[in-house]
Amino acid sequence: MSSHAATTDDPHAALAPLKKTSTGVENKKLAMWAFLASDCMFFGTLISTHLIYRKVYPTVVEPTEIFDIELTAFSSFILLMSSLLMALSVSAAHKGNIAGMRRFLLGTIFFGLIFLSGQVYEFNHFVRESGLTLSSSVFGSTFYVLTGTHGVHVALGVLWLSCWTACTLPKDWAWYTLKGRRFLWLPFRVVFAPMTGRYKHENALDVEVAGLYWHFVDVVWIVIFTAVYLVEYLPVFGF
Amino acid sequence: MASTVETEHHAPAPAEPVRDGIWRRPLKNTGLVGFLTTVDHKKIGIGYAVGALFFLILGGIEALIIRAQLMYPEQEVISARTYNQLFTMHGTTMIFLAVMPLSAAFFNYIMPLQIGARDVAFPRMNALGLWCFLLGGVILNLSWFFPGGAPAIGWFAYAPLTDRQYSPEMGTDFWIMGLQILGIASLVGAFNFITTIVNMRAPGMSMMRLPLFTWMTLITSFLIILAFPAITIALIELMFDRHFGTYFFNVEGGGKPILWQHLFWIFGHPEVYILILPAMGIISEILPVFSRKPLFGYPLIVFSGAVIGFLGFAVWSHHMFTTGLGVVATTAFAFLTMLIAIPTGVKIFNWIGTMWGGRIRFTTPMLFSVGFIWMFMMGGFTGIMHSSPPVDAQQQDTYFVVAHFHYVLIGGSIFALFAGMYYWFPKVTGRLMDDFVGKIVFYLMFIGFNLAFFPMHILGMTGMPRRTHTYKSEMGWDQSNFWSTIGAFILGIGILIFVIQAIHAYYKGKKSPKDPWDSRTLEWDTESPPKEYNFPYTPVIHARDQVWEDKYGVEAKRMEKIAPGEHGIHMPDQSWWPLITSIGLFIACLGMVFHKQPVPMTSEAVFGLEIVIAGLLLTFYGIAAWALEGPGGFHLHPDPAEYADAMPAPEDDHGHH
Repeated sequence: MSSHAATTDDPHAALAPLKKTSTGVENKKLAMWAFLASDCMFFGTLISTHLIYRKVYPTVVEPTEIFDIELTAFSSFILLMSSLLMALSVSAAHKGNIAGMRRFLLGTIFFGLIFLSGQVYEFNHFVRESGLTLSSSVFGSTFYVLTGTHGVHVALGVLWLSCWTACTLPKDWAWYTLKGRRFLWLPFRVVFAPMTGRYKHENALDVEVAGLYWHFVDVVWIVIFTAVYLVEYLPVFGF
Repeated sequence: MASTVETEHHAPAPAEPVRDGIWRRPLKNTGLVGFLTTVDHKKIGIGYAVGALFFLILGGIEALIIRAQLMYPEQEVISARTYNQLFTMHGTTMIFLAVMPLSAAFFNYIMPLQIGARDVAFPRMNALGLWCFLLGGVILNLSWFFPGGAPAIGWFAYAPLTDRQYSPEMGTDFWIMGLQILGIASLVGAFNFITTIVNMRAPGMSMMRLPLFTWMTLITSFLIILAFPAITIALIELMFDRHFGTYFFNVEGGGKPILWQHLFWIFGHPEVYILILPAMGIISEILPVFSRKPLFGYPLIVFSGAVIGFLGFAVWSHHMFTTGLGVVATTAFAFLTMLIAIPTGVKIFNWIGTMWGGRIRFTTPMLFSVGFIWMFMMGGFTGIMHSSPPVDAQQQDTYFVVAHFHYVLIGGSIFALFAGMYYWFPKVTGRLMDDFVGKIVFYLMFIGFNLAFFPMHILGMTGMPRRTHTYKSEMGWDQSNFWSTIGAFILGIGILIFVIQAIHAYYKGKKSPKDPWDSRTLEWDTESPPKEYNFPYTPVIHARDQVWEDKYGVEAKRMEKIAPGEHGIHMPDQSWWPLITSIGLFIACLGMVFHKQPVPMTSEAVFGLEIVIAGLLLTFYGIAAWALEGPGGFHLHPDPAEYADAMPAPEDDHGHH
């Protein structure tokens, strides 16, 4: 099937055979929706654990003294904006605008990395300045495992999108463009070089599926940011 | 073989070599390489079945040792600690390594045939599920060979017993990581089955024409994807408690052991429906065939299955009535639990209605099915008794509960799975199993099972606690325990004869025709065993019981067939990467077990997270290579004689798959 699709330059025609299913929804997209339903339960369990222990031990830790809400609000905003870039990537992919898609993907990855740096800084800061560790209190346990699991999701998303970005690069890009600095770029080459030159129009679906995952991870962050950070600043909430 | 393989894929290297990873894609579909790299849902299904039967026997032997210990009062056949390890491993093995994978074997093998698909939606992911299942079973059972031995925490591993302080040995870590990797197996399988059933039905196969077993596969898969995350997170939290000093369930630091109970049973209760719904699906296939009547109330059985699945998420706390949940919670959970009796009862009446007035043939599968209805009802009745909190408080942790769940798990799930094995064996192997021996197996299992477990009701009523290593003669439990042990051994002999019979029939059994039972659903329209491509034509469905209509129905309801186009039938390529990815996960899980733990030969902890990182790198490498390799594929051309009565394919059709 794919050999038929690869011969055409029309991105819509390339995607059409993938829609020949009982429901008209592509298999990969359906499986991703099922996975996201499952992932809701993953995060639901973690968030419940955190909130239950906040309710049980309201005064052991005073999170507002630990949190740097301005920084977290900024990185949350960056993560949400990365969703905008992701949506633009998917739109470009469906139009067959590969160069545009690559730019937007790089932007998404860049924003994702800013968010992750924020989290690394935050974790470091909490451990060093506030003494909040995995075993300093139940709050530490639930906070790090919950936000850390989300961070792992973002990191996997960054890796995934990086792979698709590498796929859109011309074949042998890694060898010619990076000539002269071979040693420095070696790890990059080993990881991404086999992927270059592989993007085809039908892969717009794969970028869209990766986009579904990316948006989901952002939506989950809205919930985590609200339930873990923002509510702590509401006096009426009663923690 | 009449079919020929087109050479486009197997041709000498193309002008531009494709980088497919570190070695060439495997093309040989026989022998060891063929098995290790297979993506064929039928071979994977057989892999699941053989693995599950192996673990069924292993878990059965563990049960028989337990029963030998309890045969007489105040015995010391095994030590109390070994006893604890045995009931832990027996429960875990039977649930996660026997009943679930045996159901998964049928999902894999039968479901795609029933919906007229050529394979599942993601064949390589299917292989990953098989390898994760087998390696998860290996991890769990490796615990026996390390200091401290197997876990001794019960199959539901209640906190705080699982804390490092109370269970310092590695057995508990093996249990955690084994379950984690088994969870991956179940999850990837479930995503695959959902996509396959929703998206890959043959033309005309509307949802309300799906065979009941396929429906139950779909509902079970939804239960798996929504229930497993709860235990995955609970296990991660427990792992962090044991390895990284968190306080999720550690009382010392403020953790609440009851949280584990909630998380475990939020998974655990849907899990019991994950174990029983496939069984109900199998029964709903077999009863109509051997009653020569359509299934009575098909839509009701479908919807009651969905209702059971839905309610299954709302009753978990009935496992925790005695923990003191408060009046409101207890009342709500008791009410919801009683509610489940309604859709279950609906199904039972529908099955009886199916048999009513039918021309019943009591073959082995039918005997097991009727046995299922009766035995499952017995387990169901005691279940309704448990839904009442005062009664439950009396029966909590007694042998009454042991009797209850063995009636639903053996009398229910296992009987139905045996019915399914006898029913589909001719389809899978192309050989018939002897009906007389099958009936001997059924009666041995039926009598042995009832002798083993019925007395446990009385033992429980008179106060015998479960998980007890031994008992005093003065308690008056001698007789019941003695006969229970005898019954367990009879049950074991029955299962042993089944295994011998199955192996014998596989090699020496009479050849089976396509449709030995005069059946009703699509899988019986294929060869026995089905060809690699399942159907040489694309079936166009016009009725619910399509194969029955083809044989006895009116002209308008007969199946139409569309011949494959000039490209032939598209088949997915084999792959090494599912196996390699699962080995990466296996190494990472083992690394987590050994993290900061004394390993044999030394008394010091030698490993940090090195092995985990190495395993995860291999996993990522496997996934990347998997993606780069792509689904691949080649075209098969069945012998035109196989689709002689089929309509030619439309011009623009690239083949259905």
